[in-house]
Parts: sequence; C-alpha cells; structure tokens
Amino acid sequence: MSSPVPVAIPRRKVAVRLDGVERSAAEGSTILEVCRGAGVEVPTICWAPTITPVNACRVCVVELEGSRTLVPACSRRVAEGMEIRTGGERVQASRRMVLELLASSVDLSRAEADILRWLEEYGVDPERHGPQRARLSEPVRRHDELYVRDYDRCVLCYKCVDACGTEAQHTFAIAVAGRGFDARISTEYDVALPDSACVYCGNCIGVCPTGALIFTREFDLRASGRFDPEAQSVTTTVCPYCGVGCNLELHTQDEVIFRVTSPEDHEVTEGHLCIKGRFGFEYAGGPRQQRPKETDLAADARPPA
Amino acid sequence: MESRPPAAAPTPAEAEALEAVVGRRVQAVEARVIRRGPDRRHLLLPALHALQDRVGWISPEALAELCARLDVPRAEAFGVATFYALLRTTEGPRTVVHVCDDIVCRLHPDYREPDGHDGWQSGESVGVHTSPCLGQCDRAPAAFVQRAGADAARWTAAGTEAAPARVVAVGPAWLTGRIGTADPASLEEYRAHGGYRALRAALAMGPESVLREIADSGLRGRGGAAFPTGVKWRAVASSARRDRYVVCNADESEPGTFKDRVLLEGDPFALVESMTIAGVTVGATQGYVYIRGEYPTAEQRVIAAVEQARRHGLLGVDVASSGLAFDIEVRRGAGAYICGEETALFNSLEGYRGEPRSKPPFPTEAGLFGRPTVVNNVETLHNVPVILTEGAGAFSAVGTADSPGTKLFSVAGDVALPGVYEVPFGTRLSDLLELAGSPRDAGAVLLGGAAGSFVPQDAGEVALTFEGVGAAGLTLGSGAVTVFGAATDMGDIVERITAFFRDESCGQCVPCRVGTVRQNETIARLRSGSALAGDGDLLKDLAAVMGDASICGLGHTAASAVGSALRLGLIGGAAGAADGRSSVAGASP
Repeated sequence: MSSPVPVAIPRRKVAVRLDGVERSAAEGSTILEVCRGAGVEVPTICWAPTITPVNACRVCVVELEGSRTLVPACSRRVAEGMEIRTGGERVQASRRMVLELLASSVDLSRAEADILRWLEEYGVDPERHGPQRARLSEPVRRHDELYVRDYDRCVLCYKCVDACGTEAQHTFAIAVAGRGFDARISTEYDVALPDSACVYCGNCIGVCPTGALIFTREFDLRASGRFDPEAQSVTTTVCPYCGVGCNLELHTQDEVIFRVTSPEDHEVTEGHLCIKGRFGFEYAGGPRQQRPKETDLAADARPPA
Repeated sequence: MESRPPAAAPTPAEAEALEAVVGRRVQAVEARVIRRGPDRRHLLLPALHALQDRVGWISPEALAELCARLDVPRAEAFGVATFYALLRTTEGPRTVVHVCDDIVCRLHPDYREPDGHDGWQSGESVGVHTSPCLGQCDRAPAAFVQRAGADAARWTAAGTEAAPARVVAVGPAWLTGRIGTADPASLEEYRAHGGYRALRAALAMGPESVLREIADSGLRGRGGAAFPTGVKWRAVASSARRDRYVVCNADESEPGTFKDRVLLEGDPFALVESMTIAGVTVGATQGYVYIRGEYPTAEQRVIAAVEQARRHGLLGVDVASSGLAFDIEVRRGAGAYICGEETALFNSLEGYRGEPRSKPPFPTEAGLFGRPTVVNNVETLHNVPVILTEGAGAFSAVGTADSPGTKLFSVAGDVALPGVYEVPFGTRLSDLLELAGSPRDAGAVLLGGAAGSFVPQDAGEVALTFEGVGAAGLTLGSGAVTVFGAATDMGDIVERITAFFRDESCGQCVPCRVGTVRQNETIARLRSGSALAGDGDLLKDLAAVMGDASICGLGHTAASAVGSALRLGLIGGAAGAADGRSSVAGASP
C-alpha cells in the first residue's frame, strides 16, 4: 500500500536565528509562526488564525537585527539570515506599554484569558496614567435581541471589520470611523444594526477578543450577576438548517443556550457561521411541539356529518 | 456586498455635485457592466469633496447614492468621510473658518485663543474651528475659509494673495529662481526662464542616462527621510511590472513648514516638468499630485499648469513628440497630517482611510494601487530639472558629499524676515538664523517641525546637512526652522505639539493612538502643577513605545520634540523636576 501523497506545495527553507538559536523556517512564513513552532510565546491581540494580519495592536513586536524599530511578528515574513530576539528589555517594555495603554483606556475585564494573563505577566499599571485620563466612554448599543455592542471594551483590533468584510462575510456593515483616539467601529452614521447592512451572521462576535461584541443572552446573564462558568457546558453538534454541515458549539448554562460558536480549526467554517447557525436556536429551549394524537387525526379525516 | 434598497434620493444640488465627479446615474444593467470595469473607488474622496463644497456636508442620502454608483459599502465610505477634518457628516454652517492655533500662529501678538467657540451652534451661518498649522507661517496669523455653494469661490486661505512670499537665496537659486520672476500662470514665461530644457535633455539622453545622472548627483529626498532618489527611481524602472506610477507628495503639513507651498504657488510648471521627467524615465504613464486641502491657491495653479502643458503636447499620449505617454492628475487632501506619510497617501488616493500600511513591501515594489511607485516630495522633484540642466557634477559641487545641492528652509516665528530660504547644504544654523533676523536671545529654536527637535543653545555651529544634524542628535525633517522669542511660554508650545499629535494620529495602532493622548495629558499635568509622582518616567516609557512599536513615522517622532524640550529644561521647574533632572538649558541631548 502506497503512502499518501502530500498535496501542499513544498516550500523552500530559510535559516534564521531566534533568540540565538539557529532555526529553519519555511519561506513565506511569519516570525510569529516561527516563534510558535519553537515554543516561544508571543502575545497577540489583533491577530487571528483565519484573518490576514493587520498588525495594528503591536503587542507582538520583536527585535530584528538591522531594523531601527521593533517589527510586528504577526505579519513580518522571515528572510534568510534574519536575527530575531523576543526577550530583550526593549521588547518587554513595548509590550508592557501596549497592554498598559489599552488597559488605561478600555474595559478589559471580559477579555480573553490570555490577555488577562499578559496584563499580569507584563506588570501593567494603568492607574499611573492618572484618574483624569481619557477613556473610550462608549454607551452600550442594544438594538435588537440578538447581540449587543459594548464598545467601551473595544481595542480596535479590526477583526470584526475584517470578518464582516473581505475575510469572511463580505457584508461590510461596519468599518472604522473617526480618527485617532476618537476612532470607533461604526455603521454608516452610527445607524442601528437593523437599519445597517448587517445580516446577523455574528461572525464579528466570534472574533472579538474583549467581549465588546456579545450575545444579548450572555450580556443579560452577566449583567444580572448570574453568569456562572461552573454551571456551564459546551455541547458540540451539527447545524440542522442546511446541508453544509457546520459544526456548532452550544454554550449553555442551566440548559439555556447563551452563545453559539464554531471551532476555528473546522475546515468548513473556520469559526464563521450564518444567522441560522449563530442565532437560530430559539426552538432548542422552547416547549416541544406536541405531536397530534392519532385519534384526532382520524377524527379530522372523517367527512363532516 | 450589501444589497439594500436606496435611501431617500439626494437633493438636486447633491446629485449635480456627484454627477460632475462620478458621472450620470446608470441603470442596473449598465451598473453590472461598469462593475466589471476598472475599480472606481479612487473617485470616493473627490466625490466627497464635491458634496462638501456644494452643500457643506455629506448627507446620508448623498453618501448612499455615491456608494451605489462607486460600489463602495456605506459604512466604509462613512469611515473615509469621518477621517478628514475638512469633511463633515453633520449639517452645519455653510461657511467654516479654520483658525490656525499652531506653534507659529500662536506666537503672533494678534493671536487670540478662540474662546470656547470651537464648533458652532445650530442655525449659525459661520462656524469657527481651530486648525493645525495651515502652512502660512510666513504671514501668520493664518485662517482658512471653507465655503459651500454653487459658485467656484469656495476655499480661500486668508492673506495668500495680499502678501507675496519672501524668498531668499544665498548661493545658486536653483529651486527658487523663477519665483516672483516668472508668471506662474504662463507656460511661455516658464520656457523663457529655462523651463522644459530638462525634459528635452531627458528625452535626448534616454532613461538609463537620466537614472545615472540622478544617482550620480547624490540627490536625497527632501520629505524627511533623506532616501537617495536615484535608488528609488532605479528600483521602479527595473521592476518586472509594467504598470507603474509617479506620485508627488504635496501634502505638506508639518507645523512650521511652507516651502512646498511656495514652490507650488510660485513655480508650478517646474513640478509638472519634473514629474514628466520621472514618468518617462521610470516608464510610468500616470502621475498624481496629492496637494493638501488647505492649499487652494497651489492646487489651482498646478491644475492650470497641467492643463496648459497638456494643451501644448507636453503631457498626454505623446509627450513632446517623444512617442511616450504621461499624464498628471491633481488630487486634493482633506485635512489629515498623516496623509503626508507615503503609504497613507496611497490609501487616501485609492479611496480608503488614510492609514499607513506596513512596510515592507515598500512603494517601489507595491505602492499606489499595489503597483511600483515613485513617490517624491515637491522639493525633491524640483531638484530634478536642475540636475539635468546643470549636470550631476555641478549639482554635487554645491553642498557636501553626503548632502549635495541646495536646501529650502521655512524660517518663521519670532524672526524679522520670515520666509523660504534657499541655501547650500552645509550652511551653519546660526548663519541661517541671522539671515532671517532671528533675535540673539531667542528662547528656543525648533528644527524639523513638530516631528523634529528643539536645538540646544550651542547648536548654532551645526552645519545644516543630513549628516551634520544627525551627528548632533537632531533631524532636518521638513526643513522647518521655528524661532521662539525669549518671552515665549515654551510649556504652552510643547503642550500644543503634543495636542497636534493627539489630533493627527490616525488611530490605527495602539502605541500612537493612546500614547499621543497620554503624552498630551502628562504634559498638561506638568504645566498645571498637578504632576503625578512617576510622570517623568511615564513620558520616557511613552516615548519608547511610540518610537519603537508604532506603525509609521508619525508615532516614531511624536515624542521627539517633547523629549528635547525636557532635556533642555524648556518646560520649566515642575517638568524638570518630574524628569528627575535639574533644568539644564544648553546641555547637549
């Protein structure tokens, strides 16, 4: 029996030095990929496995020999002879400051676990920016019963914009508006979602790293103080609506679905869904439709007297 | 792509404004055909300008109509419209006066802080807005009036016509010789003063010889980065791709800088000729000039020059009967300092938000529309005809080996003779200051604008060359030399510089988006006597992260002037103490 033929195009290798150790990397791969392959943790916020890097958050910066400034590991591609350092004081200082600047202006309390861990590990101190410091100060936007936009938690990682646009959904309902510290994710003229181009695929929720985009059910659960990870479970299933067969992960608490995701590494969805898979779960928790009794059917079939 | 029914129809005035830029409304069938044609998104900013000029704002109905015609999502177009200071997305007064409150204008005795009048009440017919530097520092204080209406008298820069620019040349007047001598509206006069000899020479020499001549001249870019122009041109000329572009960066916005404005207004044909030489040399057929929106006179004169050159066969399908095609389109910026960053400029031209791109790839490889692009500053391009007519040898005989030629300096502030000074590279800073009538007891001198540095008292001996100022820990930047009299409240100036970066950051990357705000807040605390214990260290940490981890040059230089001011003790006791040092005016950085 013959062995399977690899279908990927073989890539040439380039030699780089990572923290003083010679490494071989596939041509065209990023510094981030090389680091992860070598078991070196590089923090990322705006990077996602399924989205072209925008290198906007700058928390992944590393030192590159010959470069005047630090470079973003997520998007810089390796080249022969590159000398990369991830551990120096410059790198640590920049990462700490990026995290601190975010923590000083944005509510990160519901951010991904890794982000919260990095805040600790890098020793950020948002309070040293003073009590009068500018913050985003955005109201919660609740325009329907499907999801809530809580932009006080937004780090402008562009992931939701890209998932709504060219990277997944091609709907383009949201974009970055305004400039500088006043830049915000917005529909045109900040119209409510039902008046925008939004198709409620919820792919923006799926990629949001800080809880700024959140299912309304989860938002209410957390607001009521009843959100309890101990009482939660995740059920993997397949979406029942069409023949594509998207994998679903139903996040439930007390048998009630409060969030639906799809695995990022699922070869069909890459974590993305449509409105049906994402929000079409009303029936699952509702009262089951009683099947009509056979006797009633027989009665109905009888011709009227 | 979104497929929503159109919003309410735009008004007749809006429809007319749109039609002038994006053409008549097409039916659905035609629209499908057009969509298969070339992408028309690059018309987005011109169309937004047309709406703003005509009715004073971008209404939701007009935006929806525009988006339908250009096939651009509404949310993205709104994101573009809200990026620029000169475009508005709420209805307001039809006339808005942008009053410059930047570092030079606020020195003027007539300058008054606009007392809480930033913005406008509904129903007012005139709005007042404070503005970053308008590039009119030689005739400060400056204001810029933006009017909406059907007539063409829309944008005017106050005082531009009244006071001709002061232009002084010491040594060869290579860049400024025609200014004030030849009528900028006349191609004939331009030719009579040596114009278009260089293009003839370039066509006779052939591209290879021109490339060699530019490389031999040692010309380096005048936009701030000092990159060798010959290397840039050579890279594009030898690109594997045939579709290439030439872009002139005329988005001069560095506070205290106005030399490009003087070149554009005073010698517009020289720019047209220079770009044509660049085009035929690197094999580009299309050029763009991106002029900042606050330079209406410059824009009108360059447009007029392009039209005349086209009429006389010096642009178009057969440039000067050479068989080579090259044409130029003039595009107007809309109030965003960041669009002077070359990749942000490309995005702006293409109809996207003016956010810088990650480099590499560099513009010579993937620039405008992703194609190989030569992008040069106005002053850099003006050197090209000089090199071709004088010869690379004569050109490099002036100045120094690493900084050949002459350099324009915008000298302004507390000086007797503010203006544009053309001097050979290597001129001492003190000699330049003396020429401009700077007081001997000036409180401070800022070199390179907001992105530059305050120079130490003993820096007068520094030779003004790329290498000379570099060795002194300074930068020439845009060539702005801003003088502050001894009585100036330098804390106020430094705080204004931090506010400038806060306002002008595009917001894309965290270090700059939040860092510029924190820097501004910290300097404000130091000045108001409410400094926190660690504020000195905080400023250093902010400078480090902005300088090291920002995407582009704006963030990289946003702490430069502040840092130099602290080192020189310009902000006074509280700041010096917070910085952990005594005030050491005159110490080297």
